[in-house]
Parts: sequence; C-alpha cells; structure tokens
Amino acid sequence: MKPSPLRIHRPKTIEEILELLSVHGTSGKIIAGGQSLVPVLNMRLAAPRNLIDITSAAGLDELEVVGDEIRVGALVSHRRLERDPATTSANPILADALRHVAHPAIRNRGTTVGSIAHADPNGEMPMILALTGGWVEVRSVRGARSLTTESLNVGPLETCLEPDELITSAVFPALRPGQRAGFDELARRSGDYGLAGVGMILSTDDNGVDRAGAEATITGLKAGFVSVTDIPDIIELDEFVAGTPLSQVSTILDDVISAIKGFIDPGGDIHASADYRRHLTGVIAGRLLKRLSRQRDGGGSPAGGSEMRQEGAR
Amino acid sequence: MTTRMFGQKIKRREDPRLVTGNGRYLDDLANGSVAAAFVRSPHAHADIIDIDVTGAIDVEGVIAVWTHEDLPGQAADRLPMLIPHPSIVAPHTGFALAPDHVNFVGEPIVMVVARDRYIAEDAAGRIEIEFDLLEPIVGVEQSRAGERIVHQGMSDNVSAHYVQEVGDVDSGLENAPHVLDVELEFERSACMPMEGKGVIAAWNREDESLQVHSSTQTSTGLRAALAARLEIPLTRVEVITPDVGGAFGVKINHPWPEELAVACAARALETTVKWTEDRREHFISSAHERAQTQTVRVGFDDDGRICSLDVKFWHDNGAYIPYGVIVPLNTSTHVMGPYNIANYRVEYWSLYTNTVMVTPYRGAGRAHAVFMMERTVDAIADELGMDRTQVRLNNFVREFPHPMGVTMQDGAEGCLDSGDFVTSLDKLKELVGWDDFEAYRDQARAEGRRVGLGIGCYVESTGAGPYEGGHIEVETSGRVNVWTGLTTHGQAHATVFAQIVADALGVPMDSVHVATGDTRKLSYSVGTWGSRGAVMAGNALHLTAQKVKAKALKIAGESLEADPEDLEIVDGIISVKGDPSSSMPLAAVSVLSNPLRYAFDESARAATQFAKETAAEEPSVKAGEQPGLEEQEFFSPLRSTVANGMHAAIVETDPETADITVLRYCVVHDCGPMINPMVVEGQVHGGVAQGVGGALYERMAYDEDGQLLNASFMDFLMPFASEIPHIETDHLETPSPLNPLGIKGAGEAGTIPTATTIASAIEDAEGFPIRAMPLDPSSLWELRNQHAAGAVPSLKSRRGDSAASSPAPSNSGLQ
Repeated sequence: MKPSPLRIHRPKTIEEILELLSVHGTSGKIIAGGQSLVPVLNMRLAAPRNLIDITSAAGLDELEVVGDEIRVGALVSHRRLERDPATTSANPILADALRHVAHPAIRNRGTTVGSIAHADPNGEMPMILALTGGWVEVRSVRGARSLTTESLNVGPLETCLEPDELITSAVFPALRPGQRAGFDELARRSGDYGLAGVGMILSTDDNGVDRAGAEATITGLKAGFVSVTDIPDIIELDEFVAGTPLSQVSTILDDVISAIKGFIDPGGDIHASADYRRHLTGVIAGRLLKRLSRQRDGGGSPAGGSEMRQEGAR
Repeated sequence: MTTRMFGQKIKRREDPRLVTGNGRYLDDLANGSVAAAFVRSPHAHADIIDIDVTGAIDVEGVIAVWTHEDLPGQAADRLPMLIPHPSIVAPHTGFALAPDHVNFVGEPIVMVVARDRYIAEDAAGRIEIEFDLLEPIVGVEQSRAGERIVHQGMSDNVSAHYVQEVGDVDSGLENAPHVLDVELEFERSACMPMEGKGVIAAWNREDESLQVHSSTQTSTGLRAALAARLEIPLTRVEVITPDVGGAFGVKINHPWPEELAVACAARALETTVKWTEDRREHFISSAHERAQTQTVRVGFDDDGRICSLDVKFWHDNGAYIPYGVIVPLNTSTHVMGPYNIANYRVEYWSLYTNTVMVTPYRGAGRAHAVFMMERTVDAIADELGMDRTQVRLNNFVREFPHPMGVTMQDGAEGCLDSGDFVTSLDKLKELVGWDDFEAYRDQARAEGRRVGLGIGCYVESTGAGPYEGGHIEVETSGRVNVWTGLTTHGQAHATVFAQIVADALGVPMDSVHVATGDTRKLSYSVGTWGSRGAVMAGNALHLTAQKVKAKALKIAGESLEADPEDLEIVDGIISVKGDPSSSMPLAAVSVLSNPLRYAFDESARAATQFAKETAAEEPSVKAGEQPGLEEQEFFSPLRSTVANGMHAAIVETDPETADITVLRYCVVHDCGPMINPMVVEGQVHGGVAQGVGGALYERMAYDEDGQLLNASFMDFLMPFASEIPHIETDHLETPSPLNPLGIKGAGEAGTIPTATTIASAIEDAEGFPIRAMPLDPSSLWELRNQHAAGAVPSLKSRRGDSAASSPAPSNSGLQ
C-alpha cells in the first residue's frame, strides 16, 4: 500500500494551479484534504504522475455568507463549515449533514469542495449542494464557468469537469423565509457512509410576518438522498404536500414515503440489501418530515442529534 | 509491613510510554534497511503456469526477486505442521513462496527486495504471472458437498474428523422426555490487531548469525522454526519481540511465509531486510476465524435438565492447517460449559476451502461452543416455558473438581477445577436487574420501543502448559531485572509480573523491571496465547522470586549472623524479624553474592577478596552454588485451569429500521484471585468490544470466486468506541487449586459469550429464534419479513414484540 511514483507540486496562487493543470491535467490530480484520494493512491487504484497540492495557494479558503449565498472556498474543511455560525444561521442543513460526514478527524482535513468534486453517491455534501439548488464556480486557463449540480454530476464518482479545471468554490443558497431543512441517515457505525440518508427542504407560508397565531401551511417539499441514488437526484414532492397544515403532516406521510420509495434506486451490497435500503429510506424520510414539521426555526437537529439511533443507557 | 501488591488496582506502568508515542513497534526499527514486498495470488484456486519477473529486474533500486526456486534447502519445503493431532486425516500446509499452485487469494508467490518499500511495490507491480484458473471452493456448504476438491489427491475436503463421547448419548436421547434439534451458523471474522505482522531479519556475516525481530506471539517458537528451516545452529539465531500492537491469536502461527522468506533473503544478501504487513495483506494473507455450521440434538426432562447432548459441526479451516485443529478442538471440548451433562457426544469435520486459513482468534473456538450450548439452553427454556436462568440453575455443576471426560488441547482431560456458578448467576441477575426486566419491557413497550434481555454462560480452559519460565537477577544497585520468555502485545505484563515479584521478593515495585519475548535472555518458553500469560509466567516468576529470596536470606544470614528463618525482606531491606537494627539492603546481598577480584566501584569493593576480615576456609563459591543473586525457575501445571463467567445484555431493536443497540452489558467474571483488578477489567472490556464486533458488525464477505469483498477498514466493520456499550462488571474470585497463586486466565473471557448473549437478547426482543450470527439491521429486517410470512416460527413461550400479532400464550414465560 504505497503509491506509484509521483511528483508533488505545491503552487502558491490560483493562476499557478491552473497553469499546472493545463500542463498535467490528464496525468495529474488535485489534492486538498486527501481523505478520499490518499487511500486510492496507496491501493494503486489510481496512479496520477503529478499531484497538485492546492493547500498552499492563496484565495481558496474563503468562507462567507454574502446576501443569501454561502460561499465555500476549495480549501474550507468540512469541520470549519460545520462549525461556522453564519452558515448554520443561513442554512442549518449544512451542519446537519456535515455531522454525518465521517469522523471529526477526517472532517478536520477533508474539504467540502473536494467531496463535491469526488462525486461519491455515498457522500452527503454533493447531495446537499443539489438539494439546496447550489452550484460550483470553476476555473481553468481557458476561462471560468458556473455549473449547477445537474450538469456537474454525470454519474457515480464522475463529473463533467475537464482535466484542466479547478472548482474554486461551491455556493449553497440560504434558506428562504418559511423554509425548514434537515438531514438524517443511518450508518452501520458512527461516521460510516450511510446505508441510506435523506435531506429535505420543507417550504411553508410562514414567512416571518406575525400571523396572529394562525397555523402555517406547507407549500412545498423536496428531498435528496445519500447511498440510494447514483447521482444527487432531487425529488419535488409539492403535489403531495401543498396546502397541508403543518400539524396535519401525518396525513401526507404515506404518500410522501411511497413517492420517495418509488423514486430512489438503491443497490444491494455486503452491508444491506436493496430492499432494506428502500425500506430504510422511507423510514428516515418519514421521521425527518415529522421532525421538520415540529420545528419552529429553520430546521437542523440539535448538535449530533438524530431520529435514527438511540443513545445507549450509559 | 509493606502493602501486598497482588490484588491492587495499579495503573499500567507501560502506558505512559505507549500513549505518548514512545512505543517501539516493528516498523519503528531498522529504518534504512532494505524492504521486501510480496506478489500475491489474485486468484483463489489456480495453477501457476509461468512467472515472468523481467519487468521487475529493470526497476532501479531492486536488489533481488525471488520465486520458490530461489528458496534454499528446507526453506523450500512445505511449512511445518505445528500441532499434530490424531483427528487430522489430511494435513496440508503452504509454502514460503507458492511453487506451482495457489489455494487462496493473497497466497505469496514472489518476493521482491528493494532499496525501499515503494520501489519494491513498483517492481512487484511489473511481475507477470500466468495462471490456469480452477473453480474455487468457498464456504462450509461447498466444501462439505465435496463436488470440487481444494487439495489434489484428496477425495473430499476433510482435513480432520473427530468424535469424543462421554456416557451413552444414544440411550440418553431415547430416554429423554423431550428432544429438540437446533441448527446454527457462525460466520467468519478475524483478530485485526492495529499493527499487522512484520519481520526484520539481520544477518551478521562476522559470526554467521541471524538476529530477527518479529511481531510475534512466540519468540522461542519462531527461533526454533527458523533455525531448522535455514539449517543454522540454534545458538546462531536470536528472536526479539519488540512492542507489539495487538495480536489476539493471529500472530501465534509461525513461521509465517514472510518470516521465512525474509530471513532467507537476509542471509543470502548478507544484510538486514524488513517486511511490514500492510492492512490489505493482513486481510487477505494472515488468518481468520469463527466460521462453523452446527447442529445440536438435546434431550431433557420437564425441569430442563439435560439428559443427553449430541453435537455435530463443520468447521471452515481455510486453505491450510499449519496450526492444526486447535480451533475446532477447543469448540468440541467447551460445549458442556458450566453444565453437568452425563451424556455428551461431539463430532466435527474440519474442512478445506479456498480462503485465508483459520487459526485461533481470542476465544479460539470457544465462542462457537458457547453459541451452540447457550442457544440450545434458551431453546429448552422456551420449549418448557421456563425462565432462562432457572434452566441454567437446574443444570449447573455444583461440585468441584468436576472432570469433564473430554480430552483438551493440552492433551489432558478437561476438569472444572473451581468456581461457584450459582453465586455467579445470583450476582449477574442482581447486576442486570433480571427479575425487574418485565416491568422495564412494559414501560418501553408503552413508549413504542422494543427491548430484550439476553444471557450467556461459559467456561474457558486457560493457562495451558507445557511450561513457562522466569529469570530474576538482582543487580548490586538493588535493581531487580525480571525476564520471562513469553511475548507481550498489550497485556500488562510489565505491571502484573512486577506486582508478583515485588510481593514474593519483598522489594518496592519501582525497583522491578520486566522484559519479555527476547530469546537472548530466556530461550525456554512457549508463547503468549490461550489466556496463559499470567497463569504460566506469573506462577513461574512467583516461584523464581521465592528462590531468589531464599538465596538472599542465606547470604544475609551469614553476614548478619542470624538464622535465615528469622529474616524477612521488607522494601528491599533484609532484617531480623522484630529487630530492625540488625539489617542490610538486598543490594548489599547482591554485592556479596558475587565474589570479586576487581573493584570497579565502592560497592564492588565489599565483594573483593581482601574485604573479608578473616581468611577464607572454604572456596568463595561453594559447591552447588552460583555467583550472583540470580535464579531461574519454571512452572508446569498438571492441566489447564478453567475460568468462567456469565454475561447479560439488554438490547433495543428499532421496530422500523431493525437497528440494534446494546443498551446495557453486564459481566460477572471468575478468574480466581485477581493480580490487578484494573487490568482484568481492561481485558474484559476489550474482549467484550471484540465480541460485540463479532456479534453485530464484523464478517468476512467472500464472493463465489473466493475474493474477499471487504478487505479494508472501510468495509470490514470493526466497531468504534461509539458502538461499544458501557460494560458493567462484577467479580467472583474462586481460587484454582492447580497453581501456587490460585489464578485463572482472563485474556479471552470477554469475547467468548458475547455473540450468544446478544443473540439471546435480540431473540427476546423479537419473539423469534436467532440461530445465526453476526446479525445486522438488514438481516434482522429480512428475518422479520420471513417471520411475518410464517417462514420463521415464533418463540413458543416468550412473545417478543415483532410477534405481537401472532397468537401468544397468556403467561410471559418469565416466572
């Protein structure tokens, strides 16, 4: 488990990165946190001759909420994003999902943009980007472009990025007034890839104006999935939920779950059968929707919380 | 009087060094030496047609490329059959490098030696091997069917077949009021130490000697094996075991192919060669354990008393059996557990498959035995509608010693030498709140939660012979050096052996320094396995320290003009009992014990020939004596001492997701008097953690081609701390009559009943029988579906909660 011979480049500017990519693109690979790439290199499942280490480059570590956009630079670690108060206040689903990304030690090094570029269908953040309607900013010596997740994600572990392109940042839209969002999953062990995971954004007519105690009504719902779709496909569920008062969410659960179970396309492996994953996705979705309907703020579970697993009686 | 160290909760002395990163593990040593890498078979069953190494030879930095043809003399022979046994009908072992045929994915074929490991792997990747593929045999079922054969020349895949019978099983079954059949499955797992295997072989061309460091469980065994295979005098081979990052059984086999090949290369190249196993190699080329298919037929009376027990099992031993049949043999001899069973018959077939070989893993066959017995006892309780603890009480052995009538792995008849199972069960019921559980279940049920209570009892033969030794030397500074030949891999040997020696010798623990696993100091040893370290080396050191003390008192008696009988040693000071004014330090005795000609320091002067007041009338070293305050002694027991314990678990199963959470885990443990209760609890905790892994997370997933699908820690689900419940412990200390300290082994206890205890609890929560482990949420959900469809029956007398809709008897079965 030693990598093939390779040369490490450590550019200091974005321009140098792009220059190196244009020279070594097809035989090169960008490395930031290395949490997915290094094992792949050590097992010689990939053998790039050039590693372009972008961690010394200036201008890639921005993390800011600008208007209704959360802008996440390529060097922002999962952990930094998870713990950023402005991000959580703008859209709590990021921290909610990030808590399920591996372990703190891995989140300390792994980057959210790196995870999006890796495009693993078991990864939480590519789906969260899709669910929130976000996009990535891409640059190369040839120019710059923005890509929505629909165009970015071509297949499992496959994006439409050209070999000379660098994702400089990912942009996650903030929640709009009346929206609530959350994520949950069940993994075999804490920090493992989920057997199935569900993210949801629930829209209501509660836009923050004093409603004099009148109950909010659901106006829309969309959901995205981890480990049970090949790419971050989002299902719009407005037709099943629109017009239902929040307190009546139980009346729409069956329809929502059934639509979701029909939408996803899980595979079976050594950890769980396809049938079980389909069943599990429905259970997670139902619990998550109930949780969101009960919540008063924008969503997000209490730190580390999950509807999926009880704590042992310690 | 100083405090007795034995029995004290003393913190492990080795930890400050290890947890601050100052351990010296194999890969920390011999930096800069050349490195070996191995080309391994990518196929489970194939003939080797051609090996083309030309591509590797051209790689800059490559020093040697070896195939089987390059192995000299006996190093080219099949690896030794280490533990012969009468049940073995077809012994097969592998080679250091496979010559013409491979029997599992991972089998080594070519060794590359290069300037560093990177280059060695680059070159290994350029070696081309042409194979003629054969269909592999994977799993017990295929092997048992025998339609395809692993080893040429055999008519089936049976490596060993064995029957042991106590009493008359057939008539016992005929006369039994009730008879039940139980069919069971236990899956493959593995030890998975944090540190894999590894070896450094250094050839000294000046004196043609070999010094080997290995991450092994037996320095002495490896030394003898390497000397034999390399055809070198034993005196020119030394094996040193550095810090070892866990072993759990997998490092007891020896010599590993890599140990032999690397040692050969070191000699041929006259240099130091290092090989450190990586994680993938550990998964596919070391050893696994656990897989068995089992059937039980049990006859019992209306009180659940077992009249007759007939057990058959089929054991997957993988491709080779260099470590013999220790695993199935242990299974076969541990089924009766703590129960008094007059008629018992066990028959096993050990089977070859095209998978990684099976050698002992913590528990070494006993977990499988306990699974059979305890699943059966729960089935009896359910059949009769009795409380599960009552059936156990009705069957417990109550008088000791209790001969078991079966021959154990040490060749002696098994015998429960000590214990008090009734008291242990009382303690366990108290600890877990057995009698209050139905109230808890009702409360949980009202909250929509599903919980279950499980139990598992076991005995474990520990401290097997043939012997272990101690060597103690008191330096003139008063420093006490302690050696034992067995190896250390996480056990607290530096702590507990120091406790024993401090007590027996009467010195402060701080002055005692323990070293293990170095054949340069003590070349007679067996190794560390089978919960034997404390029992064997602990007692050997106890006896050695007594011998040193006797010598010290004799010398001091002469000096103090007192009868040795009247002397005592307290805190390293020898004095006349009741007269502290007449005293001398042990250090001074050490000086006097070694008559000197040369005075190299002040204390040495006291031992020189003109230091004595009167001229000598007898030789300085009397006939029959030796200079120095230094002794060696050995301990060899009559038979293994049998420890015991009982576990209980409360689990919660999610009614929708079938996720399984262990809410509480309780252990009552009896390893006799505890040298250090904190160390014992640590052993129990670690054992339970491995047991939970085996019960709920870990399985070796082979596909039909014999490829291991989860050969990494991403897919082989060793539990994290977050998956392990808090473990509550209580102890019973019934001394063993089989050794001076009265102790019994504790190393494997935690793992042995864990799978069956958790199965028992899941069964109790669900209301249908659990007959196969491990169990994950997907499999439990599938079982629920089968149960709902009528394909899996409900328990007869316990309702569980997934069986809530099926017809349920009015009483809960808990009386």
